[in-house]
Amino acid sequence: MKISKKSSAGSLESSDLMVYLEPMDTIKVEAVSSVSTSQHQKEIEALVKKELKKAGITGAYVKVQDNGALNLTIKARLKTAISRGIE
Amino acid sequence: MKFRTRRTMLYIPGNNPGMLQLADIFGADAVLFDLEDSVAPNEKDAARDLIANMIRFREYENIEITVRINPIDTPYFDRDVKEIIASGNLDAIRLPKANSAKDVKALEKLINKYEEEFKIEPGSIKIHPMIETAIGVIQSYEIASSSDRIDAITIGGQDLTANMGVSKTKEGKEILWARSQVVMSAKAANVDVIDTIFADINDEEGLIEETRLIKSLGFTGKAVINPRQIKPIHAVFAPSKDEVEWAFEVIDAYEKALKEGRGVIAVRGKMIDPPVRKRAQRIAGMAYLMEQE
Repeated sequence: MKISKKSSAGSLESSDLMVYLEPMDTIKVEAVSSVSTSQHQKEIEALVKKELKKAGITGAYVKVQDNGALNLTIKARLKTAISRGIE
Repeated sequence: MKFRTRRTMLYIPGNNPGMLQLADIFGADAVLFDLEDSVAPNEKDAARDLIANMIRFREYENIEITVRINPIDTPYFDRDVKEIIASGNLDAIRLPKANSAKDVKALEKLINKYEEEFKIEPGSIKIHPMIETAIGVIQSYEIASSSDRIDAITIGGQDLTANMGVSKTKEGKEILWARSQVVMSAKAANVDVIDTIFADINDEEGLIEETRLIKSLGFTGKAVINPRQIKPIHAVFAPSKDEVEWAFEVIDAYEKALKEGRGVIAVRGKMIDPPVRKRAQRIAGMAYLMEQE
């Protein structure tokens, strides 16, 4: 399953993040964070890739702008963005 | 029925992860994650996903987790119920604009279905109908007694006054009859009864005055919209030293009578029947909570 249209979810408030999705043939994930290290950004990217795989997504460009979100929040925002992007 | 003390139920906007993740640190007896009024229509899906994940993964401690879903006549109703039950760890669903026993039955049917589908203990998820229309007030006893899942009913002052075509005032004279009616219905159905919010978060004196009033009417707790409102409400609901001593005397006497196979109990010269014992248990529960605080 591929993302068929641009979508987003979340906010730039503290403890939240913005997830932006765009159609793409393969998977590409980029994370930036205002509050964490580059190591943590890599962890976010790995988490996003794992969740995309779980959701059966094989094509998407994902950009994450993190503002100190918990992993469970990242998962929730990604789930929302995916459902908005495949409608 | 599992005994719970619900002096305060703290509303938390459903699309705010910063507040949701801290829900159990403010000292409220219960939290109310909100999918209804505090969430914009185009964010209902996001709030639902977020609340479901918070309940599933956050491992809240020592707090009752309730979710206010969207009303039965909205397109979100079924999905709200499904997703929050799927998350597990949910204690109760608050049903806004419960106007009849039929509304409660519709929710009950859905909960039955999803408890089975997601292998949740049958009957474990409670229903808290919210009375916030004139017809709801009139039918509040039928509503309160319509399901074994109901262990509390609640009144929503803002929507009720709008439905009545009057303004909600700080004094609350316009909803005094409705409050009394809802309390009486709850007592008749043997369930808890939770009061509406006090909207002015900067008026602690007004909050205390209103809490004294609703306690005297028979309410067992109050919804709050800001953590600052929790302590003053708990202070008003705190039992006196004598009440606590009496409560433990009643509980001890009851346990002793149970062991000895006696059916009739008297404490301080007065007969103790089940409603009095229930009141004693509630006071003992509050005393326990006060010790923890």
